[in-house]
Amino acid sequence: MLITRKAEFSASHVCAQSSLTPEQNRALYGLAANPNGHGHNYVLEVTLEGDPDPATGMVFDLKQLKEIIHKAVIEPMDHRFLNYEVQPFDKVVPTAENVAAEIWNRLEPSFEGSPARLQNVRLYETDDLYVDYAGARQ
Amino acid sequence: MIRVTRRYRFAASHRLHSEQFSEGENRALYGKCNNPHGHGHDYVLEVCVSGPLDPVSGQVVNVSTLDQLVASRVVQDFDHKYMNADVREFQEVVPTSENILRVVEKRLAAQWNSVFPGGGTHLESIRLRETRRNVFELRTS
Repeated sequence: MLITRKAEFSASHVCAQSSLTPEQNRALYGLAANPNGHGHNYVLEVTLEGDPDPATGMVFDLKQLKEIIHKAVIEPMDHRFLNYEVQPFDKVVPTAENVAAEIWNRLEPSFEGSPARLQNVRLYETDDLYVDYAGARQ
Repeated sequence: MIRVTRRYRFAASHRLHSEQFSEGENRALYGKCNNPHGHGHDYVLEVCVSGPLDPVSGQVVNVSTLDQLVASRVVQDFDHKYMNADVREFQEVVPTSENILRVVEKRLAAQWNSVFPGGGTHLESIRLRETRRNVFELRTS
């Protein structure tokens, strides 16, 4: 069975590589290459997979999941400039793809040894663009 | 694997009517959708793309390239049109959402390898929301 918890954070970013010229970055990333950055209201959907515990009837305690997401993602990323304030985005371009993968990497250790496993991370950068990441193993 | 999904919109009208059935059979089969004057929807088209993460750009797909492809091959031809009359393929087949998905897939597939050379970028699935309650999906890989 799958359960999904949603969370939101607002952050700014620049999509540009230091090895490229401003013109090359502009050609590759368009408006997102603006050097001063711009922001999004990111919407995150975290999906866990597991069997409901026969005693509690729950796949995972949703209050606990909320806490895990808050500590691993919302606290470090909400109202931040990702490139300057959140590693590894000082070195890695914070595209939606890379942010989704980083969120996966930050969340996954919390479910080690737990009956539920992290099944998918969906990150909406806007209403019309989202990324799904289900880990490097797939 | 990372999948990127992009959402597009077009407003179009259609009439569900097959020449292979009688007037009565068409009414029975398609109900309200057989109304002779047609009717319309605000369609939402979701295009899902998968592939390896380019280590340099940090992207699976360049979204503006995908936007240009979908706009030029689908949205511009479908938006604010009566599909039965204005979109070539639907002069032959009934514009049900299922058939719309097949036409969209064919149109995107025809250009795919020239727009995304190298073969690493896959068209994973296409979803069409005809209304908030009716959603159709074609898995393409």
